[in-house]
Amino acid sequence: MDATLQEWVGRVRDAVETRKTLRIRGGGTKDFYGQVIGGELLDTTAHRGIVTYEPTELVVVARAGTPLAELEATLAEKGQCLPFEPPHFGAGATVGGMVAAGLSGPRRAAVGAVRDYVLGVKMIDGNGDLLSFGGQVMKNVAGYDVPRLMAGSLGTLGLLTEVALKVLPVPVAERTLRFAMSEAEALQKLNQWGGQPLPIAASAWHGDTLTLRLMGAHAAVESAHTTLGGEVVADAQAFWKGLREQTQTFFAGNEPLWRLSVASVTCPLGLPGSTLIEWGGAQRWLRGDQGAEQMRTVASRAGGHAVLFRGDDGLKASAGAFQPLPPPLARIHRNLKQAFDPKGVFNVGRMYPEL
Amino acid sequence: MAFVNDVRFEVDKRAILARLKPLLPPESILVDDEELRPYECDGLTAYRAMPLLVVLPETEVQVADILRTCHALKVPVVPRGAATGLSGGAMPHEDGVVLSLARFKKILKIDPLSRTAIVQPGVRNLAVSEAAAPYGLYYAPDPSSQIACTIGGNVAENSGGVHCLKYGLTVHNVLKVRGFTIEGDAVEFGADGLDAAGFDLLALINGSEGLLAVITEVTVKLTPKPELAQVVLAYFDDVQKAGNAVADVIAAGIIPGGLEMMDKKATHAVEPYVKAGYDLDAEAVLLCESDGTPAEVAEEIERMKAVLEKSGATSLVVSQNEADRLRFWAGRKAAFPAVGRITPDYLCMDGTIPRKRLAEMLDAIETLSGKYGLRCANVFHAGDGNLHPLIMYDANQPGELERATSFGSEILELSVRLGGTITGEHGVGVEKVDLMAAQFSPAEIAAFHRLKAAFDPSGLLNPGKGIPTLARCREYTQTRGAASPSPTSTPPRF
Repeated sequence: MDATLQEWVGRVRDAVETRKTLRIRGGGTKDFYGQVIGGELLDTTAHRGIVTYEPTELVVVARAGTPLAELEATLAEKGQCLPFEPPHFGAGATVGGMVAAGLSGPRRAAVGAVRDYVLGVKMIDGNGDLLSFGGQVMKNVAGYDVPRLMAGSLGTLGLLTEVALKVLPVPVAERTLRFAMSEAEALQKLNQWGGQPLPIAASAWHGDTLTLRLMGAHAAVESAHTTLGGEVVADAQAFWKGLREQTQTFFAGNEPLWRLSVASVTCPLGLPGSTLIEWGGAQRWLRGDQGAEQMRTVASRAGGHAVLFRGDDGLKASAGAFQPLPPPLARIHRNLKQAFDPKGVFNVGRMYPEL
Repeated sequence: MAFVNDVRFEVDKRAILARLKPLLPPESILVDDEELRPYECDGLTAYRAMPLLVVLPETEVQVADILRTCHALKVPVVPRGAATGLSGGAMPHEDGVVLSLARFKKILKIDPLSRTAIVQPGVRNLAVSEAAAPYGLYYAPDPSSQIACTIGGNVAENSGGVHCLKYGLTVHNVLKVRGFTIEGDAVEFGADGLDAAGFDLLALINGSEGLLAVITEVTVKLTPKPELAQVVLAYFDDVQKAGNAVADVIAAGIIPGGLEMMDKKATHAVEPYVKAGYDLDAEAVLLCESDGTPAEVAEEIERMKAVLEKSGATSLVVSQNEADRLRFWAGRKAAFPAVGRITPDYLCMDGTIPRKRLAEMLDAIETLSGKYGLRCANVFHAGDGNLHPLIMYDANQPGELERATSFGSEILELSVRLGGTITGEHGVGVEKVDLMAAQFSPAEIAAFHRLKAAFDPSGLLNPGKGIPTLARCREYTQTRGAASPSPTSTPPRF
């Protein structure tokens, strides 16, 4: 076994013995996400590097501490990418952190999320055992789908050491269009367009403007532009990157940032504060202190859930970052924590207090 | 052939019946042997077991009541859909109740605006696409059994099909699953949005083979039907060249709507049956499909043809109309029944390998075919590395089934050594439960058992399948271990 992994296994076993908790951290770019936790720092950045990358297999395997930027640059050299456009949220974001956070960017509604591209993981569980699940092939139903379970589990179930990801070619053509449109009209249009064979890759509505990104074959992008109309946006790359990285002005300032994941057809929520809509209507960002209770009720009625994405520690402590679970699901969550991390070593409380 | 389920229960049939009878109308409980017989196997007919009882509930209240009762009496429950599965996942447990979802066959809602369908688990895969067709939408995963197989089973097996490379597996096309735990508690995995709070339990339910929960309602995503689809048939005089052509297509940045391969034995089995017009002299044929707008398809077909020609295709045929296209696909989709016509029995294997190892695998299959004295035709989801060798045998000849099974096991063990998996889309079930030990360490198997217990602490849902008991693992390692390579010679496995 690799020396770093050996050291990590030692750290986990020691934590079990001495009843310590560990706080897993890659680049620390997503420290703001989830609940604030204590625990002894376990830095993953030393375990880095791409293990294998075969463009014709559409698969890349990387160690957890590999900088996300390094992985993306390697893929770009071969004309490939992580289609779900994971946000970095700062320099130094790692591949392991990307999977553990489970966050996806603007193209998510069109191409799927991180979890849809995770093919395999190697991890150390709470017993200090090095385990391997999934693999490097796209179709694999041997055993439960632990790799996808790890995506978005915020490090509460184990320490990721290596991940295998499906990758795709960068689409050959791209164009971004802009339309003046009210919120209600934009939601209506986005859902209607979603039912047509149009190469819509991403969408963003804010301040009575809908921005739409087309990606695909030249002919498809050209004909969709003719069908839809709209004004071509020149600095489109900067716009989508600013949205992904939350550097646009909508995200500036210290007001709480809520993320509501709802059915795409949900009408305008009519809540006070500023709104930005993505994913064809399925992801709604809200700024302001509307009260956690209200946000969660609204999200739940719309078939989804509300996340206090950014907010001060006090608000997070009182409201909780994530939507509380119904009792049978909460029980399964506790049992899963017990199954993978029986002594409660990893990232305790990052997602829910009892996990 | 007997499958000896080593997870057994002490049950009293009369006591169970007495508790179930008040919960269900009399016609919803099957008790007698002649009524139970049709349930003794699924699509893997080589393995059979008679259940204690079969129950056919029609409402969620009945499902919950049945589960609570079985939980209280510690009776195993085997959920069952259309039983088209090929790994014995729905094979009954001798001590248990088969819970058939066959009467849950309503399409509850097709919503064209949100592009979703809410269906009961007993709805057939193809019926969803048919119901969505008036809105220009369809349900993308299309297993070969799509005329008969049901959505509940598709979720349980995480079914694939011939368009997975571009459109994904079942897990990529399901938004929400409603079901019941063994305790009879209602649970919802996933949401109406694109993600849900907490762990991604929806990912675990897909492919869980009925071991975690009983599914009673599924919300699936619907996809806009492409305006046009065209398929290129590319013939090769050498299987290796065909395999390399697959890599070349992908290296060119093309993700075909479908990318399938058949070897000569497969085309020879298929052609007399469906008259697809395949060239029978070719060693291999690739079916490479493009879909999208007419302009997009025209652009992509030209790119595909250029790549395939450069890769050494001896001839290329492009479908000129929808009738052509369906006929070309009919051959591929009918490969299993076509092989069924030329042999009394066959076993369908389901290993997945990295595509670049294809030629190696096909060579090995040829050698094994000689070793076991059994014919084998190969159909291959080339786009995603999923291989379906069809091993032909005659169950009436003493020892042939055992030889076919060993032949299959060797193929799957090789799949693992080549960096792949023992099952791409058919599931582990009973068929491959021992082979799990070829792919996973005892610590990993133990983790799977703990994961199951997180959902089903009493271990009553479909027991003995999917994940081998540690006793089975030991036995496998002792009997097959010598055939396996030492850990140091194994390529890095995930």
